[in-house]
Amino acid sequence: MAPSTDLDIVNVTKRFGSHAAVDDVTFSVAPGEFFSILGPSGCGKTTLMRMIAGFEHPSSGDIRIRGKSMIGVPANRRPVNMVFQSLALFPMMSVGENVAYGLTCRGVNRADAEERANRVLERVGLKGFGERRVTALSGGQRQRVAIARCLVLEPTLVLLDEPLGALDLKLREHMKIELKQLQGTFNTTFAYITHDQSEALVMSDRIAVMNQGRFEQVGSPRELYHNPTTPFVASFVGETNRWQGETVGETAGTTSVRLPSGAVLQGRGTASQPTALAFVRPEAIALAQGEVGLGGLPNRFEGRVSAVLFDGANSSLLITTPGFEEPIRAVLPQAGPLAGIEVGAPVHLGWAADAMKVFAA
Amino acid sequence: MKSAQRLTLYLLLAPAILWLGLLIVLPHVEILILSFSERVAPRVYAYGAGNYLEFFTEPLYWRTFARTAIMSIFVTAITLVLAFPIALYIARVAQGRTKAMLLLLCLLPFWVSELVRTLGWMMLLRETGVVSYLLRAMGLADQPVELLYNDGAVILGLVYGGLLFMIVPLANALESLEPSVVEAGFDLGGSRWTVLRRIVIPHAMPGIVAGSIIVFMLTVGNFATPVLLGGKNGLWFTEQIYAQFITRFNWPQGAAFGMLLLLLSSIIVWAGLRLTRQSLGTTLRQA
Ligand SMILES: Nc1ncnc2c1ncn2[C@@H]1O[C@H](COP(=O)(O)OP(=O)(O)OP(=O)(O)O)[C@@H](O)[C@H]1O
Ligand SMILES: [Mg+2]
Repeated sequence: MAPSTDLDIVNVTKRFGSHAAVDDVTFSVAPGEFFSILGPSGCGKTTLMRMIAGFEHPSSGDIRIRGKSMIGVPANRRPVNMVFQSLALFPMMSVGENVAYGLTCRGVNRADAEERANRVLERVGLKGFGERRVTALSGGQRQRVAIARCLVLEPTLVLLDEPLGALDLKLREHMKIELKQLQGTFNTTFAYITHDQSEALVMSDRIAVMNQGRFEQVGSPRELYHNPTTPFVASFVGETNRWQGETVGETAGTTSVRLPSGAVLQGRGTASQPTALAFVRPEAIALAQGEVGLGGLPNRFEGRVSAVLFDGANSSLLITTPGFEEPIRAVLPQAGPLAGIEVGAPVHLGWAADAMKVFAA
Repeated sequence: MKSAQRLTLYLLLAPAILWLGLLIVLPHVEILILSFSERVAPRVYAYGAGNYLEFFTEPLYWRTFARTAIMSIFVTAITLVLAFPIALYIARVAQGRTKAMLLLLCLLPFWVSELVRTLGWMMLLRETGVVSYLLRAMGLADQPVELLYNDGAVILGLVYGGLLFMIVPLANALESLEPSVVEAGFDLGGSRWTVLRRIVIPHAMPGIVAGSIIVFMLTVGNFATPVLLGGKNGLWFTEQIYAQFITRFNWPQGAAFGMLLLLLSSIIVWAGLRLTRQSLGTTLRQA
């Protein structure tokens, strides 16, 4: 029976001296899945990936690929290939030789290797680039060579370590979509690491959010976005408003949080401790010109627009609201009377109890 | 303003031009002219290629010449093979202080003059020397062993003298190789040997060529080492030049030999560059 997972990480820990860069991490990746590891700089993503590739050895725990333990298997014998952050193309070889390198290492003869390399280059949109020097390529083209070099070997798993980090914004947006499509057409399992939450949300089937060597939460992009289970995930994934306060009561699943200013907010979640963190997404905040427009929302306030951050469909408003130390962020309505709102205009805002997540601080 | 600037430039360049002109170009032009003059009678000279003809007709001369060329290539190759792992270690494994220490260690022998260094080798290798004594003490030999005055001793001395000049450009070239490129070589399934052959060596090629040229030039032109360690069997071409100039007092013949040696080094360096498809420019930058 074929194992139902391509990669299993079991209680893996990696210590550098006394510092645990990766701390007791466990997860599995299913065949064909696009799995991302998302976390801030220095949280141990690269270390984890290098252990899977075979360049670091776990201090404890097991790494299994298709059910086979990889402990003690050298990097060049593992059925995983890595796209490096710096791409690490071989500058002494042409594009074609770069792609054929892995095949010739396996003993495929030159003619066959070249032929297969050309076929893969064609599939990544680099037909006829085989003779070029890698230094004579654009950033996006180099990217595709680095991926083609891995895909030509038909590995069980491709590891990608922030491969879009070196690209400019426009190209990065483009490559995000292209990577996702490539993964689909080659039907290969991808493990992708990034500190950019939008990359992870757009491309992944599942995301693991990592913080200080540990996994905070693993789930689909929607789950992470709508149902974060820890305050770290709530604030790291997506834009959000964040307030700290004191739990003052919990009735019928509704938790009341009192801010230092005395304002009381209604939200969902259990806060066992007296101090609590409350999170509300900007798009969950309803805006109206008069209080009547907000109906029966439990959290209703009145503020004044302090800034309009125009960014097309992602435009938002910063609303200075009495009772809140920092301006509240809300999405700028695309239509209706508020679409043209200006700085200084008064506005009513509110949100449902369901829209506010409360965590113990 | 403009002319003042130009004057400054000339003044600044003057020492370099003087140095090049007086010490390198001028003597060589002299030697070139000298090499084409033949002694027809005492103190009477005429122009002709006789000195060069003499070289080709006297087997001792051209055999010594060929022997010098071949041994020098051999010495360069051995130096390269020995220096490569050392340079690899210095460039890629050693860190911080260790790295500086190792380079210093390579430099240390050059604080004493070449003559003294070579004499040191003689102390070790002669019949009554340290190695001979140790061999006897360990019971590996029952009588004193003469390790001097053979090709092995000459090669040993020359390799030792060339090592540093190979290690430095090699370590320089290897240092600039990105660690992730080497890791990618392994990641895509390459064995140590494949990574060395297809990634590390091609990357280090400018350093290899630069080091080889320097070591080859130093070896071909060496005098003290073959004479002292090789003795009568040294048979280095520089000895022939020395003999013509100093012993025989036949300057035109010595000059012709000098020109031939220059020609030899130039041809071999050129061939080396062609063979490895390196340009002199990139090589010089590496050195
Ligand atoms: N070889 C090493 N020796 C000692 N400490 C290390 C080593 N490699 C990584 N670390 C430490 O482990 C931690 C995690 O590093 P890692 O490179 O995995 O972070 P990362 O999540 O990839 O960060 P980034 O997003 O900046 O690339 C860091 O604190 C780092 O200093
Ligand atoms: Mg990293």
